[in-house]
Amino acid sequence: MTTVSMTVNGKAVTAEVEDRTLLVDFIREHLRLTGTHVGCDTSQCGACVVHVDGKAMKSCTMLAAQADGAAVTTIEGVANGDLHPMQKAFNDNHGLQCGFCTPGMVMSGIDMVNRYKAEGKTLDEAAIRHELEGNICRCTGYHNIVKSISQAAGEM
Amino acid sequence: MENTNYHKAASAADAASLLSGAEDGQLIAGGQTLLPTMKARLAAPSDLVDISGVADMRGVTVSGSSVTIGAMTTHAEVAGDASLRAACPAICDLAGKIGDPAVRHRGTIGGSVANNDPAADYPAAMLALGATIKTNAREIAADDFFTGMFDTALDEGEIILSVSFEAPAKGAYAKFPNPASRYAMCGVFVAQGAGGVRVAVTGAGNDGVFRASDMEAALGSNFAPDALDGTSVSADDMLSDLHGDGAYRANLVKVMAKRAVAAIA
Repeated sequence: MTTVSMTVNGKAVTAEVEDRTLLVDFIREHLRLTGTHVGCDTSQCGACVVHVDGKAMKSCTMLAAQADGAAVTTIEGVANGDLHPMQKAFNDNHGLQCGFCTPGMVMSGIDMVNRYKAEGKTLDEAAIRHELEGNICRCTGYHNIVKSISQAAGEM
Repeated sequence: MENTNYHKAASAADAASLLSGAEDGQLIAGGQTLLPTMKARLAAPSDLVDISGVADMRGVTVSGSSVTIGAMTTHAEVAGDASLRAACPAICDLAGKIGDPAVRHRGTIGGSVANNDPAADYPAAMLALGATIKTNAREIAADDFFTGMFDTALDEGEIILSVSFEAPAKGAYAKFPNPASRYAMCGVFVAQGAGGVRVAVTGAGNDGVFRASDMEAALGSNFAPDALDGTSVSADDMLSDLHGDGAYRANLVKVMAKRAVAAIA
């Protein structure tokens, strides 16, 4: 067993976990934050994307112990009273069908907008589609997902 | 995943001592290959020694044309480093094509080089750039480092600290990714520098990354895509699987080599 301490959505958490505990299992099973999903469990689908120290990472392919000391943000932590612009954009554009991939899409969307803004690059439709390489929507509803991220990019 | 004992190393020396004290220890960097392998129960190390937090094993240093990249530098950091892009844009482009954005935030150059996956991108860059792999014990030339599929010259417990190379005058990487996995079905890195032309191929060879010496000779006398028309690699030496047979991959090697040359000729 190992002790892990981190900040999740602004709150300090400490827990005793098995060393092999994946970050996503820690988030879902220990913290009961079930917005972060496990889709493929093989780092293909991106349903489990969270931000670790501000960067998008696949929480199914990271140990909780590796996030010790880090600041983690999950889908539950992005709204600040009102919906985050990315969440609102998914709502406005119906950027989802079944909704299973949506938490990961929102987290990857926020990450790509932040990165492109920091580098002063334009996040056009082609760039969004390329950036979504690691997020799979099995309903294949990409069109409105791309529209949502594009809208949020203009508002963030 | 089988249970394991996780250790966070404070330094390379600390990692070496943690490894030597473990029954069946394994280094972990970004874990983007190792953790999926452990989940599939293809690996079950008794101990994991995490070196991803060792600060002096991370970062890019460019001095003139001399480049050193710390082993724990992530793909995203290599792809986004402005000084490296000015010296050797091809390796930044290569790093930006590995996996996806989230994977690039964790995966490291040292992990990729040490694993020597036959479809990984970095081994082609190391070989084409004539890089030197620096470990906690010695320096190893890339030509001597990659010894076969998932096999390297690293000894038990040896830790890669950094890789370094002289930026070539011209370099390009052309990759044909598998449409599903995005791993290279064939990736060709071409570098033209003071030591001549070097061409390294990943994803295609049945014994891992290799140099295409006929192509190097042809490009040495005429650095143009057409110069490769008369060259070929043997289909018998290529991987042959459900994604593509040996003849298909042999053809891809030539096509990708031409694309790389066309980008910089």
